[in-house]
Amino acid sequence: MTLFTVREAWTLVHGILFGGGFLLAFTGGLALLYNLKADLLTTAGARRHVRWLKLATLVMAALAWLAVLSGTYISYPWYRATPPEGTTDLTPYPRAYLKADPSLAFWHTFGMEWKEHIAWFAPLLATAVAFVVWRYGEHLARDNRLRRALIVLFVLAFAAAGIAGLLGALVTKAAPVL
Amino acid sequence: MAEITRERIPNGPAAAAILSSGVGSATIGLMTTGAVISGGLNSALNWWSPAGPLTGKTGVGVIAWLVTWIVLHILWKDKDVPLVRVFVVTLVLLALGLLLTFPPFFEAFE
Repeated sequence: MTLFTVREAWTLVHGILFGGGFLLAFTGGLALLYNLKADLLTTAGARRHVRWLKLATLVMAALAWLAVLSGTYISYPWYRATPPEGTTDLTPYPRAYLKADPSLAFWHTFGMEWKEHIAWFAPLLATAVAFVVWRYGEHLARDNRLRRALIVLFVLAFAAAGIAGLLGALVTKAAPVL
Repeated sequence: MAEITRERIPNGPAAAAILSSGVGSATIGLMTTGAVISGGLNSALNWWSPAGPLTGKTGVGVIAWLVTWIVLHILWKDKDVPLVRVFVVTLVLLALGLLLTFPPFFEAFE
């Protein structure tokens, strides 16, 4: 008995491991960034705090890249595959399946169309945050303006990934990649 | 806590990283709506047929992001720049990217 097809397994890796991992790590990363304040930390505490923050932002940026690259170059071709002429069972062709049914077409024309583009904002924003954290480290504890800017970018990266993840889950529910 | 370094690092490299993320996002938006308006651009962005024009739209966005980042980093690496202004421009670029990738917007040009 096969639990998952190869395509389903890759979709899980893309959506749950990479995308879900990014979303789950966000809260921890945000808490670390928010609390990196000079008046709250000892010198040793700040160093330790920054080490964790560097690790968190690096892992999140890597997960965001892995999510969009695996989505675009592995899962998406299966989603948008064109069915051979005369095919009546469209379930192996999710895009064609959705577009053929007016009650489901929304999940392609809005859901997948928005997801596939907005998802790419997350790695760009997460990489910018990770770079600044690695470059400035403990200096961020005293530079509230820069730290606050990073928090906003971090939240926007999460929002982009969250929209993409939610739409991805809903599209997959309507038309799974089998 | 007085021991945490008070040495000032120029904010140019941070500003370059922040602004380039906005440029990359806005470029993905421009390519997305541009591909709807222009069939030629849509074809030109089809870098790899199995994934279609999405490869070109995001590929151009990533190239724009990297080129902008490298150029701004070189220009600003030892400088302090007006971070608030840079950040506001970044937010405007992100909003533009969001609008241009929003299906009800770009579908209006179909």
